[in-house]
Amino acid sequence: MNAIDKTTATEPPRSRYSAGVMEYRKMGYWEPDYEPKDTDVIALFRVTPQDGVDPIEASAAVAGESSTATWTVVWTDRLTAHDKYRAKCYRVDPVPNAPGQWFAYIAYDLDLFENGSIANLSASIIGNVFGFKPLKALRLEDMRLPVAYVKTFDGPATGIVVERERLDKFGRPLLGATVKPKLGLSGRNYGRVVYEALKGGLDFTKDDENINSQPFMHWRDRFLYCMEAVNKAQAQTGEIKGTYLNVTAATMEDMYERAEFAKSLGSSIVMIDLIIGYTAIQSMSKWARRNDMILHLHRAGHSTYTRQKNHGVSFRVITKWMRLAGVDHIHAGTVVGKLEGDPHTTKGYYDLCREDFVPQNLAHGIFFDQNWASTRKLMPVASGGIHAGQMHQLIDLLGEDVVLQFGGGTIGHPMGIQAGAQANRVALECMILARNEGRDIVHEGPEILQQAARHCLPLKQALETWKDVTFNYTSTDTPDFVPQATAAE
Amino acid sequence: MDAVTDTPSADARPVESGVCPPDAIDLRAEFVESGLAAVLEELDTDLVGLGPVKRRLREIGALLLVDRARARFGLQAVSPTLHMSFTGNPGTGKTTVALRMAQILHRLGYVRKGHLVTVTRDDLVGQYIGHTAPKTKDVLKRAMGGVLFIDEAYYLYRPENERDYGQEAIEILLQVMENQRDDLVVILAGYSDRMERFFTANPGFRSRVAHHIDFPDYSGEELEAIGGRLLGGMNYALSPDAEEAFHRYVDLRMKQPHFANGRSIRNALDRARLRQANRLFNGERPVTARDLTTIEAEDILASRVFSGGIDSYPPLK
Amino acid sequence: MRLTQGAFSFLPDLTDPQITRQVQYCIDNGWAVNIEFTDDPHPRNTYWELWGQPMFDVRDAAGVMFELNACRKAHKGQHYIRVSAFDSTHTWESLRLSFITDRPADEPGFTLERQEVEGRSIRYTTRAYSANRPEGARY
Repeated sequence: MNAIDKTTATEPPRSRYSAGVMEYRKMGYWEPDYEPKDTDVIALFRVTPQDGVDPIEASAAVAGESSTATWTVVWTDRLTAHDKYRAKCYRVDPVPNAPGQWFAYIAYDLDLFENGSIANLSASIIGNVFGFKPLKALRLEDMRLPVAYVKTFDGPATGIVVERERLDKFGRPLLGATVKPKLGLSGRNYGRVVYEALKGGLDFTKDDENINSQPFMHWRDRFLYCMEAVNKAQAQTGEIKGTYLNVTAATMEDMYERAEFAKSLGSSIVMIDLIIGYTAIQSMSKWARRNDMILHLHRAGHSTYTRQKNHGVSFRVITKWMRLAGVDHIHAGTVVGKLEGDPHTTKGYYDLCREDFVPQNLAHGIFFDQNWASTRKLMPVASGGIHAGQMHQLIDLLGEDVVLQFGGGTIGHPMGIQAGAQANRVALECMILARNEGRDIVHEGPEILQQAARHCLPLKQALETWKDVTFNYTSTDTPDFVPQATAAE
Repeated sequence: MDAVTDTPSADARPVESGVCPPDAIDLRAEFVESGLAAVLEELDTDLVGLGPVKRRLREIGALLLVDRARARFGLQAVSPTLHMSFTGNPGTGKTTVALRMAQILHRLGYVRKGHLVTVTRDDLVGQYIGHTAPKTKDVLKRAMGGVLFIDEAYYLYRPENERDYGQEAIEILLQVMENQRDDLVVILAGYSDRMERFFTANPGFRSRVAHHIDFPDYSGEELEAIGGRLLGGMNYALSPDAEEAFHRYVDLRMKQPHFANGRSIRNALDRARLRQANRLFNGERPVTARDLTTIEAEDILASRVFSGGIDSYPPLK
Repeated sequence: MRLTQGAFSFLPDLTDPQITRQVQYCIDNGWAVNIEFTDDPHPRNTYWELWGQPMFDVRDAAGVMFELNACRKAHKGQHYIRVSAFDSTHTWESLRLSFITDRPADEPGFTLERQEVEGRSIRYTTRAYSANRPEGARY
């Protein structure tokens, strides 16, 4: 009964379980003195209470509704070790420069969760609480996953290191392209694009998120033609090539059938969309692990809940869940491309994908130290509106363990797809060479590209074609803490 | 003996020579800017005695500085030969000076990294056929970018044994000393007389070594000064009586066989510290800070040197 | 045909000063640099022949270039030679960089063999033309 005594000082302990409605903070969901255990899962929510609702009560309600509580007192709590199961909100801070918003830190005992199940984890943490009426809006900003829980997941089926070993490609970003137009090509035409792009110099081509099995191209046709293209390009270059065959389908049975067919054709990689759901993703991860396949995840649909700052789930949480769930690739933003992505926030996602230990870094939106305990590394993918002329920026911002996907930037080359692919590959290699030599690629980048273009006409044409294309819009999902500011302690 | 020592400022890159030649080069300024002045000054203050060695180092430094200036005017086509021989008795500071030499060469841009790799015959020569070349090459590869110091180099050459693998090491060394002068500097070291015989028997080495530096034995006065510095560095001091005893000790020890200059002094003082500790431990009264830092005459006088023996551990047979 | 394995195959062949700078980059990162050669360029030929062991304690690229030159002396023109760098950092423990430094004078490339099997599936085999000749006499 200690915990109750501590948190409901004004309330006699006996009355905690009297029938009726009681404030959440008085039911034990607010424990300002609680020190989270090493094994606790910690969630950080951005809470926007309705006008007139006390932020601590709102935060305690979030703790309650995401763990044991319901709207009224239930005597059956007393049949359980309820002190343990009750989530504890232990800290509420105002969000800097955002009146009416609060950061609530909530600790959950490990026993609240099933081993190795993102479905269960997410059902608890975001299952009910986001529609709670006393809140105007709620966002899950970050989670600290204890090592004890991390170790119940298999993690990425392949991981960055083994993927590189299988592909025999080291020391530079991988190059990919999404086949365009994304809809309407027949299988035969589709394979042509794959062949041209791979032969020209790309490592991978990729189906788009909504390429499944439509009237214009059934999936088996796509797989057969794509694998002809992959093998032919491999023989033409002597280099391992691949294409992400999207196996996303209506049912698990369909997905397994498509994945098995891809495997039987010798593909090294298959692809799924985020919209298939966490359970299906984990199933496919287990399949990929069993079958030595790389598993590419397209984050289709995530922006519906990750983009707005006041409501939903931050992409950094999705990233963490996906590293646990066990995909090998995840689209994590480009910063300079056409899609949402603040540089600091994006850097945070990349660290969560690739590092074994990610220290707290508020300027990057990372609220907790996260120890991955040797969970394999997740290869981030940068895709959407990027081109060869940005190579120096991309390498500087994203590093070398990343897949750079130039869809339009390959297929839209004026001299054709092979030329586009070659331009990208030359731009990439010359920039890595220069970086390793210690040159300041951020500033000398354009000059380095121009020099390389002297022996590569396609690069010259690419630089000419896209020289002024930039997407300079303000990001909506930016960190709340500027680099020089200290934490809201 | 195989050891790698870093130059303290191993990351300080030498000044890149300018693209277009200047009108004139201020050698004095270069002397300071290159860091050469600082290294030589440190050498002066840190090392007791060694007057002739310091003079030779200064001369070599000046030569290299001028060479570098000439190169900027386009007056020099080939890189200079920098391999050296350091001759002298044990304990005369050869290794210490080699470390400083590595620093000087690094500051002036003649070696890229400035580390010192110290080896003896055993590190270079193998025990069975096919063993020597990889060993020697491995040492050479590790030394590249820095200075390779081969102590008692004459042991590489054993004419009495016709199947000696040392000859193989010598051939590889000579080849690299000739062809990769930009990549490493070799210093051959040892007793003067034996080095002289070694060079006579191996003219290849003689022709590839540009600078000979002879390390004289220390005078008694210098040895006493070295002792004082060693003790000071460890927070000890000699009492006035002990100073007198130490003076006599040095005089006697220098005339004995197996005298190894600075090294013998260091050993003698190590043993004096041992006796001091025993004296204090067996004493009746609590010790003061002064007791703990003071070496007394009895700590020195207990040495066997005063009874005609040699002060060494383990005792010489 | 030009074999495009390795990090810099789309650039003109690297000069020795360029190779030296890449090697020094690896050494400065604490990686052990290694030289390998082969006359079987098949993309799945993982294990090229080792030219000595990875060089763990070399400080300056000259040490690696010394071995690269020795390897060239023995194999240039007849073999591909590549330089790789191993990183022993926990959770990496694999290669960090790998690039081709030398190629045979002529690169005949590969043929793709197709075996039609059930359905419309095809089994693919990539075969290097050079592999038709015995090892050591391919280029």
